[in-house]
Amino acid sequence: MVFLALGSSGVTKAQENPYFVAYDHNLEEPGNLEVEYFSTFGTQRNGPNFHGFWTEFEVGATAWWTTEFYLDGQTTFGDSTVFTGFRWENRVRPLKNEHWINPVLYMEFEDINGADKIIKEVEGHDVESDFLAPNAEARREKNREMELKLILSSNYKGWNFTENTLAVKNLDNSPWEFGYALGVSRPLALKGSAQKCNFCLQHFIAGVEMYGGLGDRYSFGLHDTSHYLAPGLAWNLPSGWTFRVEPTFGLNDNSHQFLLRWGASYEISGFGQKVAQLFKGKHE
Amino acid sequence: MKLGTLAGISALLFAGVGVLGAIPAKTETTEQESVYAELAKAPEKYRNKPNPLANDRNAAAAGRVLFEEHCEDCHGEQAAGGKKAPSLRAKEVQEATPGTLFWILTNGVVRKKMPVWSKLPEPQRWQLISYIKSLGPLETAGTKSGDRP
Repeated sequence: MVFLALGSSGVTKAQENPYFVAYDHNLEEPGNLEVEYFSTFGTQRNGPNFHGFWTEFEVGATAWWTTEFYLDGQTTFGDSTVFTGFRWENRVRPLKNEHWINPVLYMEFEDINGADKIIKEVEGHDVESDFLAPNAEARREKNREMELKLILSSNYKGWNFTENTLAVKNLDNSPWEFGYALGVSRPLALKGSAQKCNFCLQHFIAGVEMYGGLGDRYSFGLHDTSHYLAPGLAWNLPSGWTFRVEPTFGLNDNSHQFLLRWGASYEISGFGQKVAQLFKGKHE
Repeated sequence: MKLGTLAGISALLFAGVGVLGAIPAKTETTEQESVYAELAKAPEKYRNKPNPLANDRNAAAAGRVLFEEHCEDCHGEQAAGGKKAPSLRAKEVQEATPGTLFWILTNGVVRKKMPVWSKLPEPQRWQLISYIKSLGPLETAGTKSGDRP
């Protein structure tokens, strides 16, 4: 019923950065829904390669609060395809105005199993060999985690710079784990074109992100951690579609040597109003 | 994880969005007035900032394209006011300096549903302002309610 109601909603052009792991301070416009699909193809030494995938439903609840719901799954080649859990994420912008550095508070609850391979973040002592267990065995491990991030992001002369610090607590009495993500990006053109176009340079945003683990409460630091560097490109079409691609390179022996990420998303404006109408029983 | 848990969370999310949307709004006129009142909060250094694209002949045309992509859904066709946001043809907006409008676009009015548009590069924000200013005032803009529910 909700999705039937969306049939008459409008479309808004998104302005998404190419990051897959790092977050900037730009939240979803209020009332908009963005439906997103992402994939991570991962190479694996001493084991089969895999394809992790997830769907996100991102809603701008207000201009200062964005909430997202994720469904995760993965295929390990030569093994099986499994559903691996869900995540519920919230981002809140505490300050009213734009500043030199803009903080955003991030809170996420995850209920995933040990077979999850989307690598949406790297934390603690996450390493490549964690992914070697067969799906049937890995699924038995339950991870109910609370994840907190402090996002510090700046826009300057068309560039975006973002720094994320991450703290994760497995609710089953495990120590706090830490991680980081850094990103920088810029549209290929800063001025808009006077003509409507899909291939104008202003619709393309190029960037690079770097992320990795920082150990846990008892062994904080870089030892036995994995790190990645990933140049990426986002193409924001005026029709509301965004396509992203990001080859990712492992920076040490604990990291997967190569990941390829890609995704497509579609932004629908007026979702909140349509859902509100369902509750009010009104029709336009 | 059980399917029931998933369905429960989805229902909660949709219900939450619905309840937020269903919270009764203030009367339109009061809301518009309070949004226009935000213009007066622009700091002096922004208020006096000239539009660097004032002499760019393509700026308004490019701004129109940007407006249709990012703003029209809320502010309505020709910026005359829409279901979610007030008219930008009202005298309060048309008489505001370009720097004031730039400040509003950059900072948004996040407590009153206007998002922050700092994600658009500065030249695109100035192009939008060129377009909005090129439209000029609409006599009934401040009280326009023709396309409201």
